[in-house]
Amino acid sequence: MNTDAPILQVEDLTIALPSGGDRATAVRNVSFSVGRGEILCLVGESGSGKSVIAQGVMGLLPKSLPVQSGRILLQGEDITHAPLSRLRELRATRMSMIFQEPMTALNPVMTCGDQIDEVLRQHTRLSPAERRDKVLAIVREVLLPDPERMVASYPHQLSGGQRQRIMIAMALVLDPVLLIADEPTTALDVTTQAQILKLVLDLQHRHGAGVLFITHDFGVVAEVAHRVAVLRLGDLVEVGSKHDVLQRPQHDYTRMLMAAVPTLHLKQRPNDPDAPVVLQVRGLAKTYEDKRWFGPHRTVHAAQDVNFEIRRGQTLGIVGESGSGKSTVARCIVRLVDPSAGSVQLGGGAAKGLPAQDIAMMSASQLRPLRRRVQIVFQDPYRSLNPRRNVADAMVEGPMNYGLGRAEALQRARQLLAMVRLPESALERYPHQFSGGQRQRICIARALMMEPELLVADEAVSALDVSVQAQVLDLFEEIRSRLNLAMLFITHDLRVASQVCDQLAVMSKGQVVEYGPAHQVFGSPQHAYTRALFAAAPGRDFAFGQ
Amino acid sequence: MSAPDFEALSVESATVHEQPSAWVRVRRNASVRIGGVAMLLLLLIALLAPWLGTVDPSLFDPASRDLLPGKLGEITTLEGETLQHRFLMGSDSFGRDIYSRVIYGTQVSLIVGLCTAVVSLAVGIVLGLLAGFFRRLDGPLMRLMDGLMAIPAILIAIALVAMWKGTLLTVVVAIAIPEIPRVTRLVRSLVLSIREEPYVEAAISLGTPTWKIMGRHILPNCVAPLVVQGTFICASGILTEAILSFLGVGLPPDIPTWGNVMAEGRAQFNEYPHNIFFPGIFLAVTVLAVNILGDGLRDTLDPKMAKRG
Repeated sequence: MNTDAPILQVEDLTIALPSGGDRATAVRNVSFSVGRGEILCLVGESGSGKSVIAQGVMGLLPKSLPVQSGRILLQGEDITHAPLSRLRELRATRMSMIFQEPMTALNPVMTCGDQIDEVLRQHTRLSPAERRDKVLAIVREVLLPDPERMVASYPHQLSGGQRQRIMIAMALVLDPVLLIADEPTTALDVTTQAQILKLVLDLQHRHGAGVLFITHDFGVVAEVAHRVAVLRLGDLVEVGSKHDVLQRPQHDYTRMLMAAVPTLHLKQRPNDPDAPVVLQVRGLAKTYEDKRWFGPHRTVHAAQDVNFEIRRGQTLGIVGESGSGKSTVARCIVRLVDPSAGSVQLGGGAAKGLPAQDIAMMSASQLRPLRRRVQIVFQDPYRSLNPRRNVADAMVEGPMNYGLGRAEALQRARQLLAMVRLPESALERYPHQFSGGQRQRICIARALMMEPELLVADEAVSALDVSVQAQVLDLFEEIRSRLNLAMLFITHDLRVASQVCDQLAVMSKGQVVEYGPAHQVFGSPQHAYTRALFAAAPGRDFAFGQ
Repeated sequence: MSAPDFEALSVESATVHEQPSAWVRVRRNASVRIGGVAMLLLLLIALLAPWLGTVDPSLFDPASRDLLPGKLGEITTLEGETLQHRFLMGSDSFGRDIYSRVIYGTQVSLIVGLCTAVVSLAVGIVLGLLAGFFRRLDGPLMRLMDGLMAIPAILIAIALVAMWKGTLLTVVVAIAIPEIPRVTRLVRSLVLSIREEPYVEAAISLGTPTWKIMGRHILPNCVAPLVVQGTFICASGILTEAILSFLGVGLPPDIPTWGNVMAEGRAQFNEYPHNIFFPGIFLAVTVLAVNILGDGLRDTLDPKMAKRG
């Protein structure tokens, strides 16, 4: 066999969408190839059809998405309409796939070892002893500690990163020539992601497989890609080497994407150190106790001894991985959960002649008049608006709770919709008629209806596509400077944090490990965890669109 | 590099499209149509019972006992007048017209079904909201419901009707009470999941009082599963009423209900199967229609439940 021939060739592939969708085809006339030892990154925003291509190659397309035209060649063999029996032979032996969510991709009632063993049982005639050796060898190769224990474990006993390693072991145990990775690190924390990416690179190098790597994250692309293919709404708009596509993009869409990728360079911004303090948090703690009738009591310290302050017109970013307690802190400040200890001083009322108030331990009735001063925007734009109430009702709800008439509230709603750049006609419509980014704008406008002093954004741009994310980030910036708001910005994404934050607090395991001006934390991180977090940020040295 | 036009190139403005509203999806669903048309027909039959060639269902004539379907016979009115009457579904051992009794029985069945659904939903919604929203009430209320569920529904109903007198109201209440725990459980679980939704948390931070949150944000989002649950309760209510009547613990035997007609015909089932056959057909068709309607509503209004099958 010719070793230079591409492993995977996709020629003029068109996959239909069921009628009644927003377009006729999931992907249209897509052509690309993956060579031996090459990593091709397939990037695109949600709805671009990138996962459909992966499913098409593996023969996993649902019946509602038929291949209309074009060919898929695996090592020269046309597998576009291959019968199921042939596909079954090819899967795992010649091509295999790893998925985004390793918890659901693994069978929860089989041990990890049995699941890898199943692949061998299906496709080889090895004896049980040989199979076991092979399973242990591959588990060792994906650098899992204590392989004997790992193969005897059930998926829920492993961490997310370990589960993904098991998936990779399963995919690579028969040395396939093609590996398809569909967003394999999207569900993982940034430090885990860095390890998994390194592992994929190492293994790919060692096994010489071709990799079709699907991702929406340009940082990841910069880390792993040899070549990049960009999809937009089912059309392949650009294919080329990593440097060409990421740094000298030709197509307008790619250029727009590159401009939207947040850089890790801090923005210079005016900073008034004497601005009044809006929020002062002292010794904030939240402890969850699991009191059972039988068995041991468990206590979880979701947040411990958290201290910081935010001045008017400033943004404090809290960054950390999942479980670090950053959202708990945000929710304590908005009093969606009750803090266990500490104080949350809502001050900054000097201009309005109000004394500072400690809201940490207030009862619901004491808190009610103060609620309007702190507002929050959540992560998931699809669940942040009541699907059964239109935008007008959603926006006037808060002010009307505090005695404003509906007419005046609607007047304010119109002004704020204009500020978040939505048409006035949006008032009459229902949330399902808006896209994710538009919904997030509505949520921001709804929060601003209360004329808060502090706006909390809890991962408010994390669920958005990169181009939309850039727009919403700009909007946050504009609002903060126009209204002179204090902002608390919770995010796991260092790039996003670097775009909006004046102050930065890094959280790990419920504690703030580093806190200071953003340029200081970014410039010379002191704590080991901060340094690890920064080192793990994918594509940190890569200059996009330069 | 010039700044590209974000808004124009952004993928997401192109991906939003209008979904058909829930009402449109409901109307397009075949099951909803079939079940709905059948229910409409039954409703018409119930409303128009006096004009469908029926006689007073309590009239009897010893001369017309045990007639086969389609036979001509005579029947005496309360005034003592004797009428020629065609017994479309035959007559029972008292000489009563089964056709008239079955048609009038439709009224009873539909009223019982609808009222049971309404009563059990109303009580269940209140209890479910209380249990889901107030932690202190949750334990005691749900244990009470567990206790209620531990007793077979038909036994509770029999016991309750036996305690009171067999009137329409007592039958409805007796059938509704065993259904209440199921509604309460459903509402409680819906409340527990919906109250964690960000839009509810947003309402809390907007200072919305608790009772408004329940009424505005939580209850409206429970409607779809509750409508579906309501149809199933309706079907089982109709069935339970027939069972109670058949066992002789429901409405008094002179009131025409399908269960009563069947109970009447039980003794002579071997010779005169039509006594049981015709009310049985009506009962089966009604319950089937309500269930088909419910399935259709579940598929269109509550896709999550449909997937679970």
